Amino acid sequence: MKKIILFLFALALPGSALLAQVATFTPAPTEIEEDIVGTSDGNDAKIAIPAFATNADVPTQTSAGSTSTLGFSVAGVIFSDLRNNGLFQPTGPSSLPRPALSQVQAPDYGGWRGRGADMLLQGYVRAEANGNITVGCYLYDVALGEQKAKAGWTVAPGEWRRAAHKCADMVYSQLSGENPFFDSRIAYIAETGPKDRRMKRLAIMDSDGANHSFLTTGQTIALTPRYSPDYKSILYLSYYNGQPRIYIIDPVSKAQRLLLTSKNPLFAPRWSPDGRWILYSMATGGNTDIYKIPAGGGTPVKLTDAPGIDIGGSFSPDGNRIVFESDRSGSQQVYVMNIDGTGQKRISFFGGRAATPEWSPRGDQIAFTHIAGNFRIAVMDPGGGNLRYLTDSWQDEAPTWAPNGRVIQFFRTTRGSGKAGIWQVDLTGKNERKLDTPVDGSDPAWGPLRP
Amino acid sequence: MNKHLTLTALVAAGLVVAGCAKKAPQILPPDPGGAPSQTDTTGTGAPTPGSQADFAATLMGQDTIYFDTDRYNIDATDQQALAAQAQWLLKYPAKRLTIEGHADERGTREYNLALGERRANAAKNYLVSLGVDAGRVTTVSYGKERPVALGSDEESWARNRRAVTVTID
Repeated sequence: MKKIILFLFALALPGSALLAQVATFTPAPTEIEEDIVGTSDGNDAKIAIPAFATNADVPTQTSAGSTSTLGFSVAGVIFSDLRNNGLFQPTGPSSLPRPALSQVQAPDYGGWRGRGADMLLQGYVRAEANGNITVGCYLYDVALGEQKAKAGWTVAPGEWRRAAHKCADMVYSQLSGENPFFDSRIAYIAETGPKDRRMKRLAIMDSDGANHSFLTTGQTIALTPRYSPDYKSILYLSYYNGQPRIYIIDPVSKAQRLLLTSKNPLFAPRWSPDGRWILYSMATGGNTDIYKIPAGGGTPVKLTDAPGIDIGGSFSPDGNRIVFESDRSGSQQVYVMNIDGTGQKRISFFGGRAATPEWSPRGDQIAFTHIAGNFRIAVMDPGGGNLRYLTDSWQDEAPTWAPNGRVIQFFRTTRGSGKAGIWQVDLTGKNERKLDTPVDGSDPAWGPLRP
Repeated sequence: MNKHLTLTALVAAGLVVAGCAKKAPQILPPDPGGAPSQTDTTGTGAPTPGSQADFAATLMGQDTIYFDTDRYNIDATDQQALAAQAQWLLKYPAKRLTIEGHADERGTREYNLALGERRANAAKNYLVSLGVDAGRVTTVSYGKERPVALGSDEESWARNRRAVTVTID
């Protein structure tokens, strides 16, 4: 796996010494008091994000072209990241002057104040002799006239967008006090074709929809993927050989194998947060129960034994509890249990049905699908209290958490056509948008922050 | 969910008929994707005895049974259909079969996979109780992934909550 190299020392650029200190991702205590989840009520920070400067406009091996156009594209990626989540009111590189390299560390505060900017994000790109790309990223408080944060990364040419996401993450963390999440990937099911013969393919993409790739051909139905915590493999369900079974696929080589051999149908694969265990659900004589198995192989352990359908499962971030779905009461409801299957207890008592629970990476919330007429994405606390709806549409289902536990993706199905799309909403429920995917999409599964 | 779901259908006379039976899809569902055609191609007008085409022609729609929302029980209508299936299957004891379980779109994806499997098993168990060797029967669930009725309305959902028996030629 290609690694991003974090700067640990001063960089020597012609005529300037940038990044004189060790860059760090530790969020500094924020001086700006902000609603942690943000709203669009006019208090958003106005951030100017001009095109990044460069020491020399030279060709690069990136998809973005020369260092000059790359500097524009990097700022564009950061602009899109920050624009799409309600906390910020960014202005992008297409409507701002590009600073000179010498201004990257000495911003023209007066000029930016004149443009109405509260904050200024600028930086530079530089082509290294070996083809790698170095990106420096500087955040300034325009009103105070001081630097807030800086960081830099050297990346392989094919990973230049990661440097931009890292920079957006730096701004997001610095200004919100929350953990970063832009530098992450999503596995999902790409859908095409008529409603009665939908083609369903496993696909992956960056958190902003870039670097999209299909992992399966669509000849057999693929469903319900889950990225491993280290991004090295994806669990998913496939009808290869005609029966639903769980496969584990390497997203780079596309090599895959059965998770385990079974005459019975297998559904709903899940990773533990440390990647050491896998949950799955298996039907025996029509009765579905949840099992766990060591990720490296071993003896399955049966966790549920109730008559009816026990399915799914999501670990608490400390790995000590599992939230899952069961219809043992007569309809789908959400339950919690210990990781050995003891202490099973229903937590959803909202009327209607409660399905597809997913524990927040922060541990403080459980997202799920609440079904009472329409299907809505909702959150509750792990005790089953404080139900809060985040969406209100005909059929929204299967929430998945951003790595920082502040944003949720899910899929929305259109009544009639059955066409599905991937949507994103923050915890206020106010900032909702559809993701751009090449074709229709369902079953999003958000991976953790990239290693 | 109310088992006696009331379905309404416009009939040709322009009357609105309210049926109190559970499923009563008004139109025979088309073949599930991938299933052999019900159309005889021998040119004689009669399918080869013991073939899937013969099974489908003999059953006249009773190769499929229907379920209420979230249910998987075998009711009187289902019992008649499964008895008709068993009658044919007992005549051709070497014939293997697959029961495909399905759910309507108004359920979450994974639960519907498990629900389709439960429905297929309910049908299988009833056939076995009528003397069909369990070793001949496999089940597969497609959850909500393969609807036959394409609307988003009660009648379409009723037609999609089904278990379809397909014999293997």
